[in-house]
Order: sequence, then structure tokens, then C-alpha cells
Amino acid sequence: MSRGALGLLLAGWLLVAGAAAPPSDEAVARIASQLRCVVCQNLSVADSPSDMARQMREVIRERLARGESEEQILRYFEQRYGPWVRLSPTNWLVWVLPFVGLFAGLGVVLLVALRWSRRAREARLEALSPADRERIRHELERLGE
Amino acid sequence: MVARRWLLPLAALPILVLLAYGFRSDPRAIPSPLVGRPAAGFQLTAFDGTPLGLERFRGQVVLLNFWASWCYPACYEEAPILEAAWRTYRQRGLAVVGVDIQDTETAARRFIEQFELTFPNAPDPTGKVSIDYGVYGVPETFLIDRRGVVRDKKVGALTEAYLREKVEPLLGETAS
Repeated sequence: MSRGALGLLLAGWLLVAGAAAPPSDEAVARIASQLRCVVCQNLSVADSPSDMARQMREVIRERLARGESEEQILRYFEQRYGPWVRLSPTNWLVWVLPFVGLFAGLGVVLLVALRWSRRAREARLEALSPADRERIRHELERLGE
Repeated sequence: MVARRWLLPLAALPILVLLAYGFRSDPRAIPSPLVGRPAAGFQLTAFDGTPLGLERFRGQVVLLNFWASWCYPACYEEAPILEAAWRTYRQRGLAVVGVDIQDTETAARRFIEQFELTFPNAPDPTGKVSIDYGVYGVPETFLIDRRGVVRDKKVGALTEAYLREKVEPLLGETAS
């Protein structure tokens, strides 16, 4: 047998062995930790000791064994329970909106602060009597000479 | 200056609307994404040992009820209503199918005997059917039309009003 054929056989065997290997507990837990336990309050499927969560972990294990990807399995649960079942939202607006709000707020604060300081400066100038203003003008002229 | 006086109350308005919406809606009422989609098929073994699948009821209106014997009082309230619905409407094409979840067989059989349930009933020992239907508690009932499409999901005990308002109109529909 040539070396190439041997390599091909080995690669094929690895593929079959890889597909047949039972999914690890870590792989199941990684997916389960991203799903909300539907009968609990604020617990993931990975953390809940409930029957329902145990059965959901079993479904995850079977689907992994069938060769489904993490995203496919998460989507399976989402299609049945709604987006609520995913602990981290997939809607990008949820991630972006807080920052939009934060920067918009900072912008408003900056604008208001600028306006206040300008008005305070003008108010200080207006507070001068005509005599004082005349004196300042005079002093400035003298400085310029 | 008039506009400025209204600026602050106007800015508070969206927050008030959001709060009003948040307080008025029930955080436990989660709409099922399955409504409007074809009902998932399943194969279970009924308590009487016969195979029980959804395919058997094609062309009929199906009330698929998820229950458990420990679900007191809601499941106990609706059991007589489900049995009465099955007896009243079966001639008009209604099928009532019970799926018992997270339960022990003895307790479930006792429940069926207590209410003299005659509609087909099966345990779901692995929970796969209930997960496939996105069930998160008991009782939950899915209303499936003659074309096999999920038309409604009812969380909590089924009522006679529900039968009149939701189930009866579907019995008048045709399968095609």
C-alpha cells in the first residue's frame, strides 16, 4: 500500500472515529450555559438541577452526537421557546443602544455645559458699570502701546 | 420659552410609557413562536400500550394538552373540562391528546382513573416532546387546526369559555 493511500485511510478513520465519539460534558455544558432554564428563576440549563433542565441537556447531547453545531442547537431551542431562552440576546440593537444612549447623553451634557459657561461669561461682562468698562478699554489700549 | 417649559415633561414621557408597558404586561406570559407553524410530529406509547402519534389525527382539530399529576390545582381543574370537550366535540372532529410530563407512572395512572379520562394519553419520559413544543410548565395546551398548524397556545387551566371562543370556530373550518 502506498503512503498516500495509508494517509487517506487514516484520515477516513479519524473522521469516522471523531463523528462516533460521544460529545464531551464540557461541550454540552458550554451550550447549556447559554440557555435559560425554563422552569427556574435566573438559572441556566447548565446550572439547574431540575428535571426539565436535565432533559434539555440530554437533547443537547443527542443533537451534538448527530453532528449539529452549537449555533444549530441554540437555534433549535430558540425556535421553540423564543429568543427569551437565550441568555445572551442575539438582537444587536440590545448591545448597541446603551452605548448610543450613553454618548447621546454625554453630548447633551457637553452642550449644556458649554452654553452655561458662555452665558456666565456674558453675565460677568454685563455686570460691569459703564465707567468700569471704559476703564478696562483704556487700560487695554495703554497695554497695547 | 413656552417650548422650554414643556421640554422636561416631554422628555419624561417615553420613560413613563415604557414603565406603563412594563407594569401592565405579565413577565411570565411568553408568546410561543410555534403559533402559525406546523405542529411537530411525535411518537409516544400511550398508557394503554398503543402507539400514539399526531399523524393519526390529521384532518381533525387537536387539543394537545401537557399535564402532570403533581400540577395542582390547574391540571385538576381542567381535566373534567378536557374530558367533557372530548365527549362533546369528537363527533365534530375534535381530538384531545394528553401528554404527561415529569411525572411517575403510578401517580399519572391514578390521575387518569380519578377523572375517568378516556381520550388518548401518553407519558413523555424523556421530555423530548415537551421540549419540541417549547413547554415550560404545566398545564399548557396547543390548539392545532385541521391542516396541522398550531393556532394557539394556552398557558394555565383550560376553560369552557376557551372551548367556545377558540376551539368551536376551528371545528367549522375545512382541512383543505
